[in-house]
Amino acid sequence: MSTPLLDVRDLRVSFHIRRDGDMPWTRPTELKALNGVNFTLNPGETLGIVGESGCGKSTLARALIQMVPATGSVLWEGKTNLLTLNAVEMLKYRSAIQMVFQDPLASLNPRMTVGQIISEPLRTHHPNLSRDEVKQRVQNMMERVGLLANQINRYPHEFSGGQCQRIGIARALIVGPRLLICDEPVSALDVSIQAQVINLLAELQRDLGLAMIFIAHDLSVVKHISDRVMVLYLGRTMEVADARALFAHAAHPYTKALLSAVPIPDPVKERAKKIIPLDGELPSPMAPPSGCVFRTRCNIAIERCIHEVPALLGVGHEVACHRVDMAALDLV
Amino acid sequence: MALLDVKNLSVAFATNDGTVNAVNNVSFQLDRGETLGIVGESGSGKSQLSFAIMGLLAKNGRATGSVKLEGQEVLNAPIKELNRLRATKIAMIFQDPMTSLNPYMRVSNQMAEVLIHHKGVSKAVALSECVRMLDAVKIPDAKGRIRLYPHEFSGGMRQRVMIAMSLLCRPEVLIADEPTTALDVTVQAQIMALLSELQKEFGMATILITHDLGVIAGFCRNVIVLYGGQVMEKAPVDPLFASPSHPYTRGLISAIPRVDTHGEVLVTIPGAPPNMMRDPKGCPFAPRCGYASDDCLDHLAPLSEFAPDRFRACNRSLEELA
Repeated sequence: MSTPLLDVRDLRVSFHIRRDGDMPWTRPTELKALNGVNFTLNPGETLGIVGESGCGKSTLARALIQMVPATGSVLWEGKTNLLTLNAVEMLKYRSAIQMVFQDPLASLNPRMTVGQIISEPLRTHHPNLSRDEVKQRVQNMMERVGLLANQINRYPHEFSGGQCQRIGIARALIVGPRLLICDEPVSALDVSIQAQVINLLAELQRDLGLAMIFIAHDLSVVKHISDRVMVLYLGRTMEVADARALFAHAAHPYTKALLSAVPIPDPVKERAKKIIPLDGELPSPMAPPSGCVFRTRCNIAIERCIHEVPALLGVGHEVACHRVDMAALDLV
Repeated sequence: MALLDVKNLSVAFATNDGTVNAVNNVSFQLDRGETLGIVGESGSGKSQLSFAIMGLLAKNGRATGSVKLEGQEVLNAPIKELNRLRATKIAMIFQDPMTSLNPYMRVSNQMAEVLIHHKGVSKAVALSECVRMLDAVKIPDAKGRIRLYPHEFSGGMRQRVMIAMSLLCRPEVLIADEPTTALDVTVQAQIMALLSELQKEFGMATILITHDLGVIAGFCRNVIVLYGGQVMEKAPVDPLFASPSHPYTRGLISAIPRVDTHGEVLVTIPGAPPNMMRDPKGCPFAPRCGYASDDCLDHLAPLSEFAPDRFRACNRSLEELA
């Protein structure tokens, strides 16, 4: 098998939180936002990451590119551990890993023109390019993402949300990245515009051979765009599988509950659908349950789930649950 | 007689850049116990429509037309009159429960206030009724938690508090404006199940305003599709999804990625959302419509019934769209 583009092992991120009423000498509470996440990403592959708010999706994206301090290892092409690089060494990899953010307008500087915004990464990573060359590349990229090249001197507020997201995508792609991390790229967009942006991302990904990490809370969007999907809950991986396999035969009780909650735009199916209710609330990440973090809301939890953290097992379709019969899973 | 009868309702805002026509000539009726979904994207006027009904428009907004609640005209009614109707006859829940609850007041106080004001009961009576209502929306340990402040609840629990508060006076009409948009999908499922249950139990007519066709499919009996402030299509939920009659509805339904089917490329609606400053004559969807011709820019056929209970506003006939 070829070397994966990204090989993430035991990725951990903790935040230290001071709470109201803490004394100056009180040790801050540790919040484990990511608690040992493993995954690999092959060149040209799209990995979807889903989970509810607070499960660590965005932290994961940020940890990969040193936007938050993390421990563990993130091997780039099987050689370099990105987490050990200093800022100068990291710069080389930053042009290979680019990011698209959720809020299209907030992630663009309102005082820069579209041309300045899109060319900024180019000027940082390729300072020797001539002005004409930069302008040429920016205009080509604008047309590539469906913007008009003559809009180059406009400001972000003159564009609609969908167009702003196209600007964000152009800015990410201008330096020719190998990996694109999209953090909720279409959540802020209307349905009809969302479809345009999803199609654009899928098309660019195919044409440019990009690997993509696609983070979203909308499972239907993730299903549509991903090759593989990882389900996170309270900073831990619950299940990873091929997108079709995951949506057709989810094995983990959390994935099943999550999938059953997605509304289907078909009245007959929606009324007939059986929702697996998740009881109670998401536990506080500052005091996660012992053993399996999902056990407090799981309807098939047993004694063992309290004491023992389930390992992520399986080949191809990986599940972290004591109650899943791995032998049976391989058959489907 | 319909419980709520909205006729030719238009909402316009005077802004520095000119007049914004948010809602144009919307008419519909709501019967007792009915569940009506209003679906539309941003700028479709779905929220302003409900604000106009509730008398909550911003100062520069002007509503014209007629809104009759049990035969009584409520549009532009004096504030005193409206305050009498709000909560007791018609109540509303909003998208973001954090910004619509008062962060400085304990939940007990802000809930009891509703009953004390509208029903004139004593605080003790009001509080016990509030606890009962929090129980009804399945907040665990309602008696203890009613003393908390809104920030001490999670998003889903806050929305339950909102729902409990809106139902305190047993309104005849409940307007839910994007009640689950800010919530996670599992919490959304809980809240929609709760709303469905309460709707049956209390029998109030409910208007659900949302951009999510999936939520509409599960909850509503009838659906209105809004675009650019105009009703594009109105139909019972089953035929609307099975055979949408308007190019916009068709585009919208095919543009949603779904978990229950495999699709390769999503069908998209080209172009951008409507310009709100545009002249309200003509079809707002015309610039993005594959079937539009020049006449669509000048005039739009009125909403007309083409099959029992199914209405559409489109210059093209169904045969032309086939």
